[in-house]
Amino acid sequence: MEQLLVDITLILDSTVRLAVPLILASLAGLYSERSGIVDIGLEGKLLAAAFAAAAMSAVTGSAWLGLLAGIGAALMFSGIHGLASINFKGNQTISGVALNFLAAGLTTFLGQSWFKRGGYTPQLSGDQRFNPINLPFAEQLRDVPVIGQIYGELISGHNIITYFAFVAVPATAWVLFRTRFGLRLRAVGENPKAIDTAGISVTRLRYQALIITAVLVGIGGAYLSIAQSAGFNNNMSAGRGYIALAALIFAKWRPGPALLVCLMFGFLDAVQFRIQGQVFPIIGEVPVQAIQALPYILTVVLLAGFIGRAVAPKAAGVPYTKER
Amino acid sequence: MTGLNPANEQRSPGTAASALAIELVGINKHFGPVHANRDIHLAIKRGTVHGIVGENGAGKSTLMSILYGFYTADSGTIMVDGVEHKITDSRHALALGIGMVHQHFMLVDNFTVLENVVLGAEDSALLRPTLNRARDHLKQLARDYGLEIDPDAVVENLSVGQQQRVEILKALYRGAETLILDEPTGVLTPAEADHLFRILGKLRAEGKTIILITHKLREIMAITDEVSVMRQGEMVATLATAQTSPEQLAELMVGRRVLLRVEKGAATPGAVLLEVENLVVTDDFGVPRVKSVNFQVRSGEIVGIAGVAGNGQSELLEAIAGMRDQQSGEVRVKGKALSLEGDDGAARARAAGLAHVPEDRLRMGLVTNFSAWENTILGYQDQYGAGPGLDIAKARASASEYMKKFDVRPANLDLKTSNFSGGNQQKLVLAREMERDPDVLIVGQPTRGVDIGAIEFIHNQIIKMRDAGKAILLVSVELDEIRSLSDRILVIFDGQIVGEADPATADETELGLRMTGSHKDHVVTEPGTLPEHETPIQQTLVQMSPKDNSGRDTN
Amino acid sequence: MTPLPRWADVVLLPLLNVVLAFLVGGLIVLAVGQNPLQAVGIMLYGAFGYGSGFGYTLYYTTDFIFAGLAVSLAFHAGLFNIGPEGQAYVGGLGVILIGLALNGMHWALVFPLMIICGALFGAAWAFVPGYLQAKRGSHVVITTIMFNFIAVSMMGYIISRILKPAGVNSDESAPLEAITRVPQLRGFIELFKNSPVNLTFFLAIGALFLVYWLIWHTKFGYAVRALGNNPVAANYAGISNQKLIMIVMALAGAFAAMVAVNNVGGVQGRLILNFVNGAGFVGIAVAFMGKGHPIGVGLSALLFGMLYQGGQELAFQMPGITREMIVTIQALVILFTGAMGDMLRGPLGRMFAQPDPAAGAK
Repeated sequence: MEQLLVDITLILDSTVRLAVPLILASLAGLYSERSGIVDIGLEGKLLAAAFAAAAMSAVTGSAWLGLLAGIGAALMFSGIHGLASINFKGNQTISGVALNFLAAGLTTFLGQSWFKRGGYTPQLSGDQRFNPINLPFAEQLRDVPVIGQIYGELISGHNIITYFAFVAVPATAWVLFRTRFGLRLRAVGENPKAIDTAGISVTRLRYQALIITAVLVGIGGAYLSIAQSAGFNNNMSAGRGYIALAALIFAKWRPGPALLVCLMFGFLDAVQFRIQGQVFPIIGEVPVQAIQALPYILTVVLLAGFIGRAVAPKAAGVPYTKER
Repeated sequence: MTGLNPANEQRSPGTAASALAIELVGINKHFGPVHANRDIHLAIKRGTVHGIVGENGAGKSTLMSILYGFYTADSGTIMVDGVEHKITDSRHALALGIGMVHQHFMLVDNFTVLENVVLGAEDSALLRPTLNRARDHLKQLARDYGLEIDPDAVVENLSVGQQQRVEILKALYRGAETLILDEPTGVLTPAEADHLFRILGKLRAEGKTIILITHKLREIMAITDEVSVMRQGEMVATLATAQTSPEQLAELMVGRRVLLRVEKGAATPGAVLLEVENLVVTDDFGVPRVKSVNFQVRSGEIVGIAGVAGNGQSELLEAIAGMRDQQSGEVRVKGKALSLEGDDGAARARAAGLAHVPEDRLRMGLVTNFSAWENTILGYQDQYGAGPGLDIAKARASASEYMKKFDVRPANLDLKTSNFSGGNQQKLVLAREMERDPDVLIVGQPTRGVDIGAIEFIHNQIIKMRDAGKAILLVSVELDEIRSLSDRILVIFDGQIVGEADPATADETELGLRMTGSHKDHVVTEPGTLPEHETPIQQTLVQMSPKDNSGRDTN
Repeated sequence: MTPLPRWADVVLLPLLNVVLAFLVGGLIVLAVGQNPLQAVGIMLYGAFGYGSGFGYTLYYTTDFIFAGLAVSLAFHAGLFNIGPEGQAYVGGLGVILIGLALNGMHWALVFPLMIICGALFGAAWAFVPGYLQAKRGSHVVITTIMFNFIAVSMMGYIISRILKPAGVNSDESAPLEAITRVPQLRGFIELFKNSPVNLTFFLAIGALFLVYWLIWHTKFGYAVRALGNNPVAANYAGISNQKLIMIVMALAGAFAAMVAVNNVGGVQGRLILNFVNGAGFVGIAVAFMGKGHPIGVGLSALLFGMLYQGGQELAFQMPGITREMIVTIQALVILFTGAMGDMLRGPLGRMFAQPDPAAGAK
């Protein structure tokens, strides 16, 4: 029984760790897509931010500067995306795809040029990373049954970005549904003309959304390389940007459900190695690949309308042009 | 015509400058090579309803968009309350008390009425206090102007008329003193239009200024105090409504005497070629738009469907052409029912001998990225070549022949279709559909957005088809067009055929009544007293509406 | 906006966009302290300077033509197929299954069957997103991305758990015998030394002609272009949009699967993990750069073949530059020719409008 609790706590603990980049990227995508800009490029931004954060942290020795660099890289990518999709009214999907390749190419190329370690950045340690924070009383409560375990392992002992991610969810919900900015953001994603005729700049509003997107996904990328891991390695985002996008669709572009879906996907990720080779009653052995593919399969099933209907913001993907 | 002068000169000179709510001086606007507004002068008196009429593309909407700050004029000045302003954007216009109700509503469908009203005019960064204040304000506005609407209703659940009220509320909430309405009745049911005019009357009584853009002369005569006429980007006249007539306005709009009658002989109807029986059609959202419609079209006759836009004509046309699923009922061409399996019904309709000139050529009838010859085979592509290959030489040959016959200019087979003028694009479509020698031709809005020269040509072609023994179904929102072309008129209202008329004897008012559903049972259904009518047109409508005209169709 | 002359629209604008992409790429190389011109020289030599290098260039070109056609074909129908990577991967299953079933037989018999069988598998994999788009309205962009990932998992399982023979360490299927494999050109042409370019290359050239004919000279192609340009007009023209979307996606998948014939049948002779290795994604860049036209696709596939082969050479000669620079170029090409393709249209339009004062006076 004791052991079961420990096992469950451990799985949940790694669920949280694995979900953090998904949550941040999902929220990032939420701002962008709610404003009417489709963001296939989350994957690329995550990767670019991870690289920039690790590189800056390695050079300066400061995780905080690394974080800033990560955000900066994501901002640059968002800027290109904005230029292509807002100013030049290009195809947002194509732009996103291009950014994903750009990140894949640039990170490895620059990494090799700068650090000469086959695309890896140097190992980070100490202040170069965001280290676990022990919440007050975690030590004292350690011996209290159940609560000590849950508080000490599951709630305490994460890095600051993790806590930020969990705060960002209600904050996003509040911004979206309780503020003037949120009202306008939702409006511009549904009917930009309504915003334009109300005398508000569609371009400005969409760029504001892209900036928030960049900050969040930049933090998510930094988490990958300087909080969860101790350095950058090739293609370390490994499809998380796409999973985050899937989670966003699954959550129907709402922050609360996005958190739940990301936790679910994080959980799938956390258990996949534990169940490898294990034989379950009735279903027998579950191949690890099936678990890996599950988020993608679920998303396709959702998109097909077999479980509910995911209706995107109406203006998403359509460049805004004042028509004659 | 004195109206060519700057409009304010014909007013009494004693009026102070501030008696004008709006004054436009020398406004010019170009869109690329198009000179959309040419040296426009316009003065609008405070507390009046000022109509602006003109054909499609005359520049009315552009002018109002400039006033509303949606576009910036290339030159010219705008005076509001006698003070010159450079209106840079819509926010600026709103601050000056100018509000606009657009033809296509600028509402966020999944927002509540309240959220839509405050959008862009929030008075604090947090939503809740803004919304609470707005709720109170809205209640007051609703009381003052008869604009009752549930502030918490979601806009997509509202009727079109209610949505328009939300737009008006939006403008009033922002403190609009001058309200621009762009073609406000185009999408309204007659009852909703009545309601709108009553609201406008109240607004005028409260001292608001209203600018009404329309191409319906009936509305101009009914509600405006003054009317300005635009033609091809120019302001041709401003007149007091009481001193003008629809005939004079029509002449000013078009620039010459309107040829109301097309030269044509009597029809010689033959066998029934097109039959529509108990047809029910829904729109994209599953709302029934055509409600159990029955009619027949014989060879050698033109049957016109008259109606206010949005009463199911589009859905009816598309359903007959095989483009839209029929809920129930049947469409028969030469006695054979069209099958409706799959999403390629249009191909089977064509195979059965039906040709279709669609209402909206750009959206439906043409692939604008295609060159001219490619568009002349659209829908008939399978007739070119035996196997899987496309017989391009044959297609070009027939394209070249059609373009010559219909005088499409420039006669360039390889020119991208988007580079042709509206009239020439329409000729391409007409040539394609008419030259296949169909038995049945259904035509929607044949002259929409077409220059005047081409209109006569198009009308004559349609008559020629009739004389060649084709069955022709014509749908148009232009009553004049319906009257001058049709041999029989069917009136559609709210998805139902509500009457039939003979164009030779039909009275315009009579038709108008039927089109607007105000005819017999529709008006008098409200028991007891007659509804409150405040505008002159409604009064005349009621007076003229014969209580007993069951014999009308048998005359 | 004044329309551009046709030649400027078709040739000049795309060309300028590509030049822009390479210019930015050059700047990036310059930024890390390397000489971009020297890099271009090395790449050109690596790609065309000697026989086996040239052979490799053509081998890569083969992959990219098929992937580029898979994207282009769908794009003509207004569909953005991001899935050639997965479609090629699954196509590999079809190729290896028929190959193993007929292992030992002569390639002349097996090669056509590999084409058919691979095409069927690739088509089936692409058909599902097509079906979901047509019948359920699921956006093909997202579903094809998802299908790429699902393909990775599924194929990983099939290769490591089912196809892997006992006693083999690496994750791969049993090998095909030499006689069964698609013959490499070096067997006939001395020049190609030890490069893997094989008969599939000619299949790719044939595919270019086939697609050209299909798109611009058949009723099917006419319908596809009508659908891609204006779905409502296609419906008006009696075209079944749903059916067409499914057929086009399946066809695209079939073309993508030819990448597997090239690699599984012609190079590795076995099915190995992740053998597509990004070729499917290069197809996106190739399609945009080539504007979906087979001539453009052929030329841009050759350019990317050169970049990939030359990039190998580059990585040897200039240690400061890795092959990933090519992925960067690929991204820039997609960005400038695809997403920002109309950026220069305005300035270019003004340039062309100027010498004609009559146009302005109107």
